[in-house]
Amino acid sequence: MDLESLLPTLLGLAWLLPLASFALILFAGPRLGDHGKGAAGVATAAIVGSFVLSLLALVSWVAEHPVHAVAHDDHGGAHASADGSADGSADGSADGSADGSADGSAGSPDSHDAPSSHGSESAHQTVDEGAGHVGQPVSYSGDWYTLYEGGRLRLTIGWYVDALTVLMFVMITFIATCIHVYASGYMHDELHDITDHEVHLADGSHLHRPGRFHRFFQALSLFCFSMLGIVIAGNLAMVFIFWELVGICSWFLIGFYYERKSASNAANKAFIVNRIGDFGMLIGLMALWGALGTLHFADSTGLDGHARLGLFSLVRPPEAGHAQWVPDGMVKFAAAEKVKAVLRSHPEDPRAGVEQVEAKVEDWRDEGYGRWLLLVAGLGIFCGCIGKSAQFPLFVWLPDAMEGPTPVSALVHSATMVAAGVYLVGRFYPVLTPDALLVIAYVGAITLFIAATIALVANDIKRVLAYSTVSQLGYMMLALGVGGWLAGLFHLVTHAFFKSLLFLCSGSVIHACHTNDMRKMGGLAKVMPWTSGTMLVGCLAIIGAGVPFLDIGLSGYYSKDSILAQALLFARENPSHSILFYAVAGGAMLTAFYMFRLWFMTFAGQPRDHHVHEHAHESPPVMVYPLVALSVLAVVAGWTLPGGFGIANMIDQARPAGTGGTELGGLLFRAFTVPAEHASHAPDIHVTASLTAFATAASGVLLAAAMYVWRVIPPAAVAAAAKPLYTFLANRWYFDEIYRFLFVLPVLGMSRLVSATDTGVIDKFIEGLAWGAKQVAGFDAWLDRTFIDGFVNGTANATWHAGLELKKLQTGQLRQYVMFIALGTVAIFVLAGLLLHSSFAG
Amino acid sequence: MMGLVLAPAMVASLATCLATVPLFAVNPFTEPVGVVHYLFVGAVLFTAGIACMTLKRNALGILMGIELVLNGANINFVAFASPYLRAEGAPTLGLDGQVVALFVILLAAAEAAVALAITLNFYNNHATVDVDRADDLKG
Repeated sequence: MDLESLLPTLLGLAWLLPLASFALILFAGPRLGDHGKGAAGVATAAIVGSFVLSLLALVSWVAEHPVHAVAHDDHGGAHASADGSADGSADGSADGSADGSADGSAGSPDSHDAPSSHGSESAHQTVDEGAGHVGQPVSYSGDWYTLYEGGRLRLTIGWYVDALTVLMFVMITFIATCIHVYASGYMHDELHDITDHEVHLADGSHLHRPGRFHRFFQALSLFCFSMLGIVIAGNLAMVFIFWELVGICSWFLIGFYYERKSASNAANKAFIVNRIGDFGMLIGLMALWGALGTLHFADSTGLDGHARLGLFSLVRPPEAGHAQWVPDGMVKFAAAEKVKAVLRSHPEDPRAGVEQVEAKVEDWRDEGYGRWLLLVAGLGIFCGCIGKSAQFPLFVWLPDAMEGPTPVSALVHSATMVAAGVYLVGRFYPVLTPDALLVIAYVGAITLFIAATIALVANDIKRVLAYSTVSQLGYMMLALGVGGWLAGLFHLVTHAFFKSLLFLCSGSVIHACHTNDMRKMGGLAKVMPWTSGTMLVGCLAIIGAGVPFLDIGLSGYYSKDSILAQALLFARENPSHSILFYAVAGGAMLTAFYMFRLWFMTFAGQPRDHHVHEHAHESPPVMVYPLVALSVLAVVAGWTLPGGFGIANMIDQARPAGTGGTELGGLLFRAFTVPAEHASHAPDIHVTASLTAFATAASGVLLAAAMYVWRVIPPAAVAAAAKPLYTFLANRWYFDEIYRFLFVLPVLGMSRLVSATDTGVIDKFIEGLAWGAKQVAGFDAWLDRTFIDGFVNGTANATWHAGLELKKLQTGQLRQYVMFIALGTVAIFVLAGLLLHSSFAG
Repeated sequence: MMGLVLAPAMVASLATCLATVPLFAVNPFTEPVGVVHYLFVGAVLFTAGIACMTLKRNALGILMGIELVLNGANINFVAFASPYLRAEGAPTLGLDGQVVALFVILLAAAEAAVALAITLNFYNNHATVDVDRADDLKG
């Protein structure tokens, strides 16, 4: 099998396996083993299967497209052209067989790689010519099933697979596997009836309920399916569908302990806040769909055999060397008035009018028509990412989401789902204008700073990690915004490993201590050696520990350095935006401080609460193994092997065509430059960035050690000295209160008003109507009883009395009857005789 | 007792029938015996039967009255069917009248059996055969 048909098969199966597991647990959940214990096995088997399939896909990918040290040199171009010819032959065979099975059932080869559709020759030429600098990424795309096709509009279930997709699959399935294994140990309480001590019933007792072990794994499987669906999606409509599906899974899982008021509130909050972002996303989708008529990433071929350009080639046409421009559709959409005027000036010959419109598009584009539309499309999609990736101002849901079980926090709310927003920005990168990127960068900077400051004073171990997650997501967004496409996505992958590791470690601690409060912990390193060791690895990874000049470090070192380098480059190119660099550097120090504050408070020093300390114990092996596996990856995920193989270089294979270069912006802001990413590898930038990273991280760690280990600076004194600031941070910048005041209370007030209107006016009106109807009915009833019933009853009465009288005739006297018969007969004869007689006589 | 009641019944019926004589076109008493005379006897029997049924309180007497009624009818059947009592060439009924008469006798026997059974039952329940006492079906 060639890669073209192999990848969709492998990844499609890997995608559907968790769905099968979900369906099985849904229908047979409680019957799977003792108390649904088998559900964990089913879900784990499915995700392990997905992981194996993803690994196979990775291996076959690497075999076909070897990962080189620097992908944007001439090698990349050579690969693109070699791949192009291979695609050509694949395309021929695909066309032959696609005629018969046109409807695109799963795995059928009606797929078309981006450059292999109609008119592909010119595209190939451009790729080969421009390969020296802007390599065409190797990607495969196609459709499994066409939902709708009519006119130029087309909706499909399809795939878009490139190096990033494959890598995300491996990353997601690997972490999900670890977390499934971990959760089968962590959730064992749910295997029998449990008493929830956090729920107080009306009679003062605690809630007693059956365990929901299988339900947990059911939602987890559905989540894996949905998350993989986002990654493999070939068009934005499909992304949106799975976007919402992961949202609902998140809702299920945050609200897993839904009897707790806090959990159900947190679940609702997450869901509602995400809807706000999704509203923006819908606007972006509508802008694209309305103006361009497609949501496909890559070029595709419809059922009618016509090629349709995808978003990528519309916004960055291969003929123009993948330089970004406003597509014709958007120009015409924005200049609708002018188009109408032109068409109206040719009433006799519509075709000439259309031709003239086509001829004028170029002028209109130069005049700037459609630029705003493209910006709105990009920012709209980014709005969805703001909600899902918990960016300012919608980040408030993520810390509350920690009400869910810890494995969920590790998988959904740190490693995968919240990273989906970053992933989508990365995937959608070619369509984002420089102005949109700058907005993204600022949003990321604000987010990372706010979240990092809140994490400084949080005492709940999971909340520290949650704010750390928000902050790191801000890092990724900022990196993407300042042109660091690779840096942002690289950090996404490395962060997924060490943040899921950190969450699982915190889960292990919570499992042992039965509390989230770090003030009750301390000195746990002795009783929990594995947990503390792996957590230390995680902390070192997240602060980017490494040796600057040898260029060796944990995974976070590489990704964070590249973000810093890119931010520094951006700041040098655009001095007016140098605050972005300071945000990154300052954030790095804050990260180091709060992460090691967490570690020191939890594991180092003397136990603060002896009751907690005495009961603490190392977690069972089923929970420790995933920690070890993840910590290994947290160390090595950033490494590049001598041959050039490494996650960073592999991601770079998927770099969208045309985005490696310098971009100029200036629609929203004063003119600025988005620098090319490879320029950040320049020695002066790189070394400065490394040293900055090292210095900030080291100072953060030292400060944390000074405050929490050596006790040189007592934390309480610091808090007292900066009391207003401490209160401000401890209250999380009053975001919840502000939102409550600005949005929740007005909405509640309005609903109360509406409710009062409902009960006071509408209900009164309805009740009045009902009263009137009742009166009319009463009159009707009187009429009925008096006249109609009277008539009926009277008739019955008369009949009754007539019967009573008539019955007197029935004497029972036999002889009398005979007499009647005889006399009656005679009477009849006499009457008949008289009548006949008179008639004869007459 | 029985004779006392029956005799006036017979007389009354005979009188009734005789009262109808002026309705006839010819005088029966001067004519040779023909169908009319048989009809006359049948009518007397029939009327006597009716009178018997009406006037007698004894169930058995009523049964006798029924027999009289039936046989009055039988005489009519036989008379109309008899070949000796009609003019030459008149349309004939053949033996139909005799057959029906036999049939009536048969039915009378069957009816008598049923009626006697009812009477016996009634006697068993009420220790009497007075039909005036059998007024359970009074309205």
